[in-house]
Amino acid sequence: MKVTEVQRAFNAEEIRNDFPSLDQTVYGKKLIYFDNGATAQKPQAVIDSISHYYSKDNSNIHRGVHYLSQVATTQYENARKTIQTYINAAHSEEVLFTKGTTDGINLIAHSFGETLKEGDEITISAMEHHSNIVPWQMLCERKKCILRVIPINEKGELVLTSIDSYITEKTKLLAVTHISNSLGTINPIEFLTKKARSVGAKILIDGAQSIQHMRVDVQEMDCDFFVFSGHKVFGPTGIGVLYGKKKVLDSLPPYQGGGDMIAKVTFEKTTYNELPHKFEAGTPHIAGGICLGVAFKYLEKLDMDAIMKYEQSLANYAQEQLLKFEGVKIIGTADQKTSVVSFVVEGIHPFDLGTLLDKQGIAVRTGHHCTQPLMDFFEIPGTIRASFAFYNTKEEIDIFIKAMDRSINMLK
Amino acid sequence: MTLDQKQQEIVEEFEIYDDWMDKYEYIIELGKDLPMISESEKTDDKLIEGCQSRVWLATNISDGKMQFTADSDAIITKGIIGLLVRVLNNESPRDIATADLRFIQEIGLHEHLSPTRSNGLASMVKRIKLSALKALQD
Repeated sequence: MKVTEVQRAFNAEEIRNDFPSLDQTVYGKKLIYFDNGATAQKPQAVIDSISHYYSKDNSNIHRGVHYLSQVATTQYENARKTIQTYINAAHSEEVLFTKGTTDGINLIAHSFGETLKEGDEITISAMEHHSNIVPWQMLCERKKCILRVIPINEKGELVLTSIDSYITEKTKLLAVTHISNSLGTINPIEFLTKKARSVGAKILIDGAQSIQHMRVDVQEMDCDFFVFSGHKVFGPTGIGVLYGKKKVLDSLPPYQGGGDMIAKVTFEKTTYNELPHKFEAGTPHIAGGICLGVAFKYLEKLDMDAIMKYEQSLANYAQEQLLKFEGVKIIGTADQKTSVVSFVVEGIHPFDLGTLLDKQGIAVRTGHHCTQPLMDFFEIPGTIRASFAFYNTKEEIDIFIKAMDRSINMLK
Repeated sequence: MTLDQKQQEIVEEFEIYDDWMDKYEYIIELGKDLPMISESEKTDDKLIEGCQSRVWLATNISDGKMQFTADSDAIITKGIIGLLVRVLNNESPRDIATADLRFIQEIGLHEHLSPTRSNGLASMVKRIKLSALKALQD
């Protein structure tokens, strides 16, 4: 189906009305926001809910006997249930609120890491974000474990032919990204989880880039942990989710100590609270949690399969148009890809192109996208990345292509 | 021409551009004109690693005046380097150490010198100022 047909069926124009930040000019030009891989814009409902929470319901949760505390607690816990339903977790206490993806991964690296011993192996992939590399390196240093890296091919896909040498009897955890932030590659999670299960390893999926674009079902994926950030899924910054299987989470020691995570404290011995509180020490980001729930309520009303198809049609169209320029090379050409178009132009530095596009009102990302080892693999300093969301349109891509034309002419 | 007069000259040159793209067109031309540091001389001690672009800087001092040669892998960064070098070249360490590089703000390019921009320029200015301070102490 052509992008115009999908666009008509999907009606992105109507959806745009829900996102006030899209309707503005920068440097006197209409803003075109193609940096959705970094963060998504917020629908009015989410913006209103932040204002409403602080105007009316602000209170600390879980402890107060007074009215406002109960209102805030109910909303916070309802948000947890909304997210539980959305990602199809079996229990609401499997949904832990975190600061974001990075925080979730660090929690597992710490708590699950405590169960590891010298010589145990953790397997990641060559396309991971620094957030899914560095916490494991730190853990490996602490526990004398070994980090294994599944290689990728020139298309930016995992090389699965030699997978059995990367997921072995020694593997205790497989931590891979669902979708590459730099390349858009969608990884074969089902295959990988089966492999990891066959050797008794636990599985962590970095869902930072997938939650915005596709239907996520944690039970179907059969992962032990699934982490994502709220701000990438139209919610506030500073809040995220770590899904963990109840049985697994119950078996792990807590991450941080403090209020809310305890059952009873004496100077001799402290016992810990039940899930999810065991992993949520201190006053949480209450407004963030509630408003993330609102973001998921907003998404619930949309057809994620239609969204994915629409976003991919945008990416395909952008890719076709970009390839008409001499010297453009798409980085990441996996068969299974989401709406990320990463590219380089021969003889032009990504920073220069990004700067000129910015001055024409177009927000793209340039640089290594926090995936330096991946850039080393492709032997490039970085890429220009256009990442689309469901509120982007074909018309915006046409403007982007015109701006590209002007920029390339100036820089060549 | 004093350091500040050179700044003023640049500010006036940029006054004719009211469109951002024209302004950048000019910066790109400056970048293309700036003499390059040859690849063999781009040694690690000259390298200033930025997140977005890389900068190489060589400093020299003769007759109490400082000279700078700089390069970047990004042409816009290089153009801005050209402006900085034009203002600071052949000035005394004292004038360089105390220089208020107001022209950057006045021509609207201050975003490029912000430490958070991470294109190597803020670090380059810092390194220039430090080498001027060191020259003062020597």
